[in-house]
Amino acid sequence: MSDTIKTDVLIIGAGPVGLFAVFELGLLDIKAHLVDILDKVGGQCAELYPEKPIYDIPGIPLITGHGLSEALMEQIKPFHPTFHLGEMVTTIEKIGDPLFLVTTDTGKTFECKSVVIAAGGGSFQPKRPPIAGIEPYEDKSVFYAVRRMENFRGKDIMIVGGGDSALDWTLNLQPIAKRLTLVHRRDDFRGAPDSVNKMRALVAAGSMDLRIGQVSELEGADGQLAAASIKDKDGAVTRVACDAMLPFFGLTMKLGPVAGWSLEMDDELVKVDVSTFETNRPGIFAIGDINTYPGKLKLILSGFHEGALMAQKVHHYVYPEKRLVFQYTTSSTSLQKKLGVV
Amino acid sequence: MPNVTFIEHDGTVHTVEAELGATVMETALKNDVSSIVAECGGGCTCATCMVYVDDAWMALVGPPSADEEYQLDSAFEVKPTSRLSCQIKITEALDGLIVRTPAYQGR
Repeated sequence: MSDTIKTDVLIIGAGPVGLFAVFELGLLDIKAHLVDILDKVGGQCAELYPEKPIYDIPGIPLITGHGLSEALMEQIKPFHPTFHLGEMVTTIEKIGDPLFLVTTDTGKTFECKSVVIAAGGGSFQPKRPPIAGIEPYEDKSVFYAVRRMENFRGKDIMIVGGGDSALDWTLNLQPIAKRLTLVHRRDDFRGAPDSVNKMRALVAAGSMDLRIGQVSELEGADGQLAAASIKDKDGAVTRVACDAMLPFFGLTMKLGPVAGWSLEMDDELVKVDVSTFETNRPGIFAIGDINTYPGKLKLILSGFHEGALMAQKVHHYVYPEKRLVFQYTTSSTSLQKKLGVV
Repeated sequence: MPNVTFIEHDGTVHTVEAELGATVMETALKNDVSSIVAECGGGCTCATCMVYVDDAWMALVGPPSADEEYQLDSAFEVKPTSRLSCQIKITEALDGLIVRTPAYQGR
């Protein structure tokens, strides 16, 4: 385990609302680290809508999800946030008044005075294929991510899917596999053309197999896969031996560990005080799509507002002795210094 | 207004009125057809609103676009009649449309 990272605030979620929280906290001299399960910032804007238009950001008639993430990253640059991507916060332990010890699934720990949950719809997790009896194999011989390539050396590997993840791992694991089979529902791939060409060349050279169809059944015992059945579009079934399977069907949002943090919830949403966006646990805040209160609207602009009010209360926890004077970025020299514009 | 019939995998039938120009997905959500998840809200980016278009309606509804076909790659139990309901717009011609929903949308 690494040394504990000390910061004023830990923000869970690096979507637009988490990113803008850095700005509002930064104006009040509060430093933040952010953790996000995705390997990139932007949250849903990056994962679901990178090229889709957003029409309801005040003052910006039209921007894409990617564009908004980029603009927010530019806006918060003066505050030097630190990002911990590809990690999921698992536990929040109260160790002071208020002081928290926060742990991620990679074993990283943070000590912070406040925690801001800006987790949107929860955490993006791999879609699990609805194959009967798949559960006992998961994490034993069916994996939704590759943690260590070496674990796959010498194995009969089956990769399922047609996107970049499926193709990238096909190309990375083929050289160390005993035999690799790529299974996709149709003979057309949405991955990068270069990856598609490389995969096709390997198939043509007889170095791997490509099967068109959908996995219909698994065979094995005690979590160890032995074979999978592939059903083609005419219903014909082929049995393929494999001792490791990697299904890549994209991501879906699940509430995840938030449910275990002793927070008052209402239908998978965190209840907050509308003047501070603090939860029932003092020092833990929830902003953006993850929270609920009377009249709540799941809008990015609402999340921005919630972040501004949250920062006011967090200031009390980080600087209990300091009085907070409300200022405008337009006219305050001290705020402009923080922004690096004077 | 045109009618659309949703037949869920458990046999529940909803015949509902649909607004012209709205999508089949929006029509499902307005009428509590719970097996339409629509995680991305209609962006054609999540494949959690898949339906099977009734054979008799398939010619009129038409095939998916290339972009939608890509998204169907992250759906399950995909059939030749699979469409993402957020990509089907209600027209007068679709009055009486019948779609079936799968047991699982990935979550």
